[in-house]
Amino acid sequence: MATILEQPEVVTAGLVPDPMVPMPYRIQRVKQETDDTFTLELLPEDSSKGFSFAPGQFNMLYVFGVGEVPISISSDPDDVPLLKHTTRVVGTVTKAMRQLKRGETMGIRGPFGSHWPVEEATGRDIVIVAGGIGLAPLRPALYRLVAEREKFRKIVLLYGTRTPEDILYRPELEQWRGKFDLEIQVTVDRAASSWRGNVGVVTTMIPRAPFDPTNTVAMVCGPEVMMRFTVMELLKRGVAAELTYLSAERNMKCGIGFCGHCQYGPTFICKDGPVFAFPRVAAILGKSEI
Amino acid sequence: MIHTLEPILREHPFFQGMEDRHIQLIAGCSMNVRFEAGQVIFHEGDPADHFYLIREGLVSIQLAIPHRGLTTVQTVGGGEVMGWSWLFPPYRWHFDARTQEPTHALAFDGKCLRAKCEEDHSLGYDIYKRFMQIVTERLESTRLQLLDMYGNHP
Repeated sequence: MATILEQPEVVTAGLVPDPMVPMPYRIQRVKQETDDTFTLELLPEDSSKGFSFAPGQFNMLYVFGVGEVPISISSDPDDVPLLKHTTRVVGTVTKAMRQLKRGETMGIRGPFGSHWPVEEATGRDIVIVAGGIGLAPLRPALYRLVAEREKFRKIVLLYGTRTPEDILYRPELEQWRGKFDLEIQVTVDRAASSWRGNVGVVTTMIPRAPFDPTNTVAMVCGPEVMMRFTVMELLKRGVAAELTYLSAERNMKCGIGFCGHCQYGPTFICKDGPVFAFPRVAAILGKSEI
Repeated sequence: MIHTLEPILREHPFFQGMEDRHIQLIAGCSMNVRFEAGQVIFHEGDPADHFYLIREGLVSIQLAIPHRGLTTVQTVGGGEVMGWSWLFPPYRWHFDARTQEPTHALAFDGKCLRAKCEEDHSLGYDIYKRFMQIVTERLESTRLQLLDMYGNHP
């Protein structure tokens, strides 16, 4: 019988003394990833003020004079103090963020929240299922898995997105696939006939993906509806619910469980999540108005 | 020595758990086929007289759309089933199927199988149940595709 892995704990070692005070970070690069998605690469203005983080955690990014938004960290956890944040232009703050240039400064608070159970998955198969921009919070986990490859059995990434043009981190996916010890399968919802890869929703790849469901840890991130159907398929395949983790997203404001904006049933996404073992959110996942 | 396809059928996920006598009946309507990359397996509107169990490879299910050209709506790979138009009148394909890479498959003669299903309704019930499962899964996938899950929805 599967056992629940220890719930990931918040990494506090590098937390700033006052979690409500942003630290100034300077933009090193703004990279357009896809049509509506970009990545900010940032370094602390005071190089002694960088912090470590665990894969799956997020920061609050502050565009001075505009506002603050929570964005998952998508960089290599072994490459600190550099931070990378991939996001989509969706609102006032991310629009302003996209206009920022190299050398400009923004505020960062963090890191916040729980993380993917990378260390706890030692000795098991790992299946990562990502949808759209949901690959961004999983990328730090992939960096860590690749760096410590010998600790794990099979590693499978199933990635679904809208079109071939919307594939995130394409060079890295190609590089990882070329290492031959990672199984990477990409599918798109629609494509012209020139696309030589898979077409169909990401859930359709789960029944035939090469992992042993009786000894697998699953990590899932994407739109909530995608995660619901993905979890159903994983459970149908035989993956233990207790070993199935997902990253939830809500309107986070303070990042430390004070304000209540991100309340999700009995939990706060910012403090108790964003990464949850499935049983912890099973009863409320998919309920509207929560 | 005559090689039968029965062992291959038994190994394919689609026929998992099927009674031996049904496997034997179905094997009589099946043959091994191989397609080169880029080969058209069937065209929209052509008679749908076969279905396929893909053993290895990748096939695109495509639709020609005016001013947009060929659009791939789904791909079918190893372990999957392709084609159910042979089950229902008017027995014509609704899409094109084109291989993306060299593809090995088992092809089943639809007329032969329909006749056996008429003769043996327990075989017919089993086959239709298995196809209903596939149709249900494809419908669910199509609904998710229609949702445009990864789009920017404020």
